[in-house]
Amino acid sequence: MKAILKRELSSYFNSAIAYVVMAMFFGFSGWFFVGTCFMANSSSLSPTFSNIFVIIVFITPIISMKTFSEEKRQRTDQALLTSPTSLFDIVMGKFLGAFILYALCCMIFFVYGLVIMIFAPADWAVIICTNIGLMLLGGALIAIDVFISALTESQLIAAIIGMAVGLITYMMGSIASMIGIDWVTTVLNSISFTAYYSNFTYGMLDLTGIVFFLSVIALFIFFTIRVFERKRWS
Amino acid sequence: MVEVKNLTKRYGSMTVVDNISFTVGEGEILGFLGPNGAGKSTTMNMITGYISSNSGTVTVDGYEVLENPKKVKSSIGYLPEIPPLYVDMTVKKYLEFMFDLKKVKLPKKEHIEEVMRLVKISDVANRIIKHLSKGYRQRVGFAQALLGNPPVLILDEPTVGLDPQQIIEIRNLIKSLGKKHTIIFSSHVLSEISATCDRIVVISNGKIVADTKASELSTVVSGNQKLRLDIEGSQGTVLNALKVIPGVLKIKKQRDINDKTSRYLIEYQNGIDIRRDVFKAIAQADCVILDMQSGNETLEDSFLKLVTQDQTKDKTGGAK
Repeated sequence: MKAILKRELSSYFNSAIAYVVMAMFFGFSGWFFVGTCFMANSSSLSPTFSNIFVIIVFITPIISMKTFSEEKRQRTDQALLTSPTSLFDIVMGKFLGAFILYALCCMIFFVYGLVIMIFAPADWAVIICTNIGLMLLGGALIAIDVFISALTESQLIAAIIGMAVGLITYMMGSIASMIGIDWVTTVLNSISFTAYYSNFTYGMLDLTGIVFFLSVIALFIFFTIRVFERKRWS
Repeated sequence: MVEVKNLTKRYGSMTVVDNISFTVGEGEILGFLGPNGAGKSTTMNMITGYISSNSGTVTVDGYEVLENPKKVKSSIGYLPEIPPLYVDMTVKKYLEFMFDLKKVKLPKKEHIEEVMRLVKISDVANRIIKHLSKGYRQRVGFAQALLGNPPVLILDEPTVGLDPQQIIEIRNLIKSLGKKHTIIFSSHVLSEISATCDRIVVISNGKIVADTKASELSTVVSGNQKLRLDIEGSQGTVLNALKVIPGVLKIKKQRDINDKTSRYLIEYQNGIDIRRDVFKAIAQADCVILDMQSGNETLEDSFLKLVTQDQTKDKTGGAK
């Protein structure tokens, strides 16, 4: 796992991808921060945090699109799968590599908290809680995107499908309300990423939310492992 | 060392590898020969555990590949048909990564340097793989397979894309490695296999059509040994003289070269040498041998014959 993680991180930071992603994230989050805090004369980061979801939907597929699709295209998966490293370690190494880059992006919110402190007391409960929420939300999306990447040889397709899936999770609440059947609405609402995430942005450390996102991460890591097991057996 | 038993791989209704079995002993170099698409790479992928088989077993050093994948994988060095290179890394960084991935327990720096020296890529150690020529890339792939000194080496067409000088180098390298390692290497180039291997397994359409020592492949196909002679003298005399030589099974006149000289093909029993007897008999009959050659088929002929035989069998089989 360590070898894979090391390679993933060095491949992110030796190419433009890490810098482009971080620049994009810092740029948009800064824009929201200026718009909802400075312009609105507010010390609350909550609006910034709820807006950032959309950016995360676009950024996580870009981070994770190449994790497995590129390996398959270059045939390097052959080296991974014929090495004595287990599938779990391979998938976890890939996932953690993508996750660490994403986590670095999210650290910017602590900087915004410090900026607020210059003018007014910052609500650190909200900032810390939301950051935990952001990690969980991003982790879940990255796990899904890594899984999608394992299904295709094309980075582009992995990214586009990843974004589509991300948007669906973002809009799950409104999709649910559009459907008239009660039980379907209930089911869709109970898997709404937005609902679980927004609890964190209010400064609540929501246990169901933590369990939900961790389950999604575990489930999709398991699915990704299954993709390779199945491929081997087909 | 490596034992393949009744291995079968099907994709849908297509059988790519059909019930093949063979064993490779310790320190043996096995040539895996077959036309493109015969199932060589698929078999190798099954031995290395990259894909699974539909039925049959692969045992390496006593461990079954699907039951004990970690043990088997750590004792095999594999160079796939397309070397698995991370083209954005430098050669050294790549080998370091593969070293960690394979969980090799040797002194890292020294071992990587040794392997790079062995396949002669030390001079490109700090270059990015993307910028290397095909020959260098192939050798980086080879180096990767050698990391950790695995007892078994599986090389899928290791000399493709190399220039003649490099091919000879790699062949010699394989030969020298064969003293310490068990090697299976595939190729569709016969001369390469016959120059390097102790044993040849010929595969065609997913089936093994021959499994013999390299030197015996042609006799396996044609059965008897053959001798081709150009003899000056009347046909009747020549035939009578040749007929009585012990061991001769069949004499055929192939064609007349000129008024006096004709070309004959003699089939004779395996394991004996009749050349002296032929020479004396013809001399006694007052005829002259102008040319004497082994009529045995070349490896290429035998190989083609094996492969085409198999295909015609298949066609008649399919018609039923």
